[in-house]
Amino acid sequence: MGTFLPFFVALPLLAGFVCLLLKRAAPRATPWISVGSMVGLLVACVLATAWGSSGVTFAGDWGVRGAGAGAFVVGIALVLDGFSRLFLLLVAVVGTASAVYALRYLAPEEGRPLFHVLFNLLVAGMNGALLAGDLFNLYVFVEVASIASYGLVAYQTGGEEVEAAFKYLVVGTLASTAILIGITVLYAATGYLNMADLSAAIAGGGVPRMPLLFASGLFVLGFGMKAAAMPFHAWLPDAHPSAPAPISAMLSGLLIKTLGIYALVRVFYVVVGMDENLRMVLTVLGCLSMWGGVLLAQAQDDVKRILAFHSVSQMGYVLVALALNSWLGVAAGLFHAVNHGLFKSALFLSAGSLERVTGTRRLSEMGGVFRKAPATSAGLVGACLSISGIPPFNGFWSKLLILIALVTAGQTFVAVLAAGAALMTLVTFVKVQRKAIFGALPARLEGAHEVPASMYLPALALAALCLLSGLLWPVGVDGIVGAAASAVLAREGAPPAATVYMERIHGEVPR
Amino acid sequence: MTFYCLIFALLAVGLYGLLAKRNMLKKILGLVILDNAVNLLLIAVGYRSGKGAPILLPGDDPAAFARSSVDPLPQALVLTSIVIGLGVTMILVAMALRLHQRYGTLDVDRMDRLKG
Amino acid sequence: MPRERDGLSAIVRVVTQWLFVPILVYGLGVGFFGHLTPGGGFAGGVVIACGFVLATIAFGGRTGPAPVFHRWAASLEAVGAMTYLGMAALGWSAGHFMQAWTPRGEDFTLASAPFLVVLNLAILLKVGAGLFAGFMVLVLFDRATGATAREGGDA
Repeated sequence: MGTFLPFFVALPLLAGFVCLLLKRAAPRATPWISVGSMVGLLVACVLATAWGSSGVTFAGDWGVRGAGAGAFVVGIALVLDGFSRLFLLLVAVVGTASAVYALRYLAPEEGRPLFHVLFNLLVAGMNGALLAGDLFNLYVFVEVASIASYGLVAYQTGGEEVEAAFKYLVVGTLASTAILIGITVLYAATGYLNMADLSAAIAGGGVPRMPLLFASGLFVLGFGMKAAAMPFHAWLPDAHPSAPAPISAMLSGLLIKTLGIYALVRVFYVVVGMDENLRMVLTVLGCLSMWGGVLLAQAQDDVKRILAFHSVSQMGYVLVALALNSWLGVAAGLFHAVNHGLFKSALFLSAGSLERVTGTRRLSEMGGVFRKAPATSAGLVGACLSISGIPPFNGFWSKLLILIALVTAGQTFVAVLAAGAALMTLVTFVKVQRKAIFGALPARLEGAHEVPASMYLPALALAALCLLSGLLWPVGVDGIVGAAASAVLAREGAPPAATVYMERIHGEVPR
Repeated sequence: MTFYCLIFALLAVGLYGLLAKRNMLKKILGLVILDNAVNLLLIAVGYRSGKGAPILLPGDDPAAFARSSVDPLPQALVLTSIVIGLGVTMILVAMALRLHQRYGTLDVDRMDRLKG
Repeated sequence: MPRERDGLSAIVRVVTQWLFVPILVYGLGVGFFGHLTPGGGFAGGVVIACGFVLATIAFGGRTGPAPVFHRWAASLEAVGAMTYLGMAALGWSAGHFMQAWTPRGEDFTLASAPFLVVLNLAILLKVGAGLFAGFMVLVLFDRATGATAREGGDA
């Protein structure tokens, strides 16, 4: 299995450059190339999840040198474990939906081949970040994905989109700089870049406290900015709505999770190790995001901005759960992150379809859409129910799990805050459904018609997945999420996760 | 030690330029200074006092060479970082051009159209 | 003295004509010997792109090399990237991904690691073409919209 890992990065990379070559020769083919590469990834991820495979591969002929306690890793390692598997699957699913959606969403003359080049590079960057086995590789792939996303946000080059992309770029570069300085400090303190070796060195206690603290602070700053935790969230409500709809889905559904949450968990749980202050900081950031997001969303009229603010809020939920340093908390947080990927991308894709049907993004100008566009409305309603936490959709299960995890860890105040924010989310989305879908049809929308099938099908499929994963939670889904959580943190009695990670890379546990 | 202080001063200058200046070109210059400062930091971390450049010449003994050269790993990292900085700067300049074309000004305060 | 064509003055144009080819050769040299001396594909690509940028600035966007090479820049870039990926993938079948699978020559000569030479050249192509294409986008942007010309040149 190990040698197969570069495929996840090589396939979208190849597809991207093929699109670049075909820019003039066969521009009509490029959307299909994207769809093909995403479907290929999807097949590979489903197979990998079904077989429960994991593994390590080293680029070139490098590998582990030395043995036993003195073993260290030379070169670039790609690692697949339960945690990466879960997110790879999410990337493949949402990527496929967005690629299919983009078939008809973008008109051919809008420089479409270049869009698909950037789209494939975005996915390649995210997959690389998910598979990275050492810190610097993580940084490089985070940068690849970020730069592709800067270009994609500015894609429809009107003034507002470019301004939003500019702000996004400045914040994103600050975040990346903070991450790089953090990596430098860690390298200077330990001499290792590989995550397994760093983990061993830090756990062994040989690293002085100041650099570790400094690096941790920088990582919280950097990855927190990428994950749009409040108070670093300011770029998200401008950037996500300004992007074309399939990119908004990719950004909100995938990017803030792979570059923010995944990297945060990898670095803190596996490499640096959680401690009390860190947990406190993450909990505070999470609570601020939860409430800040829903409150600020109340004042918005633009449906995509409402969705963007809710992304901030839901990431707050994830942070609060992940800060608990318990198996249940990690499982709940990761499950909610994945669910959010599914239902938020369904929401953004439906919002894009809504915009096509009604010609506007403002809720006050919409109404009664279900009469004219029933399929789009069905997808939107499914996703709204999911984010509001209505059973049996998956949102209900993940929010419930988070509340249970919070209460069993003794954080009842945070649990109350979380429940309150969930209520506010429900209120907002009832309002969205009432204004957009049900209600009276304004006169000017009499001539509106449904969007093409390739646009409503992905949103419907994602909403159906939300329902399915909610229904199938006790059957198979909890196994997948449980494997992810176990890869991060161990249940009672099992060896610590960092040990398992290192075992994979070194081939044996160093004493 | 003074070297690190200078690097942090450069970082501060770059940060100030990127965040506090209103003219977009000055922001871009601030970003360039910031990137260069971070790369300097990375190279400085690899310095070993008194040692030479990590170039293996014919006839050198590899083990002795490893002991007498500076750390080459940060230099490889810096190469990558320079490329990344280059890509970001190019996108930023293109965006500034586009914004200037659209709004007729390079002042970010005057182009604040996105509300909320 | 009125300028009869686009670009900078006569002295700059003549010197650039002399320098253009040596710059390209230097860039190729830095790239080819990247596995022996400092440099490599990226540095060589940057030098070559800078040579083209110099020629474009000296001769202007219309009469310089830009219109000729602009079409090919994107395709060259893609070819470079795919060569790199292809070499890495071929190594995959020989063992590890990105393994140096070509036979090795004697140390410290050009042929000591042909795998690295091909990789360097691929990156050189990609970086050179990519940087030049990026520069050309900015030049053509300015030309198409007259953005900087409108305000008398001070942006």
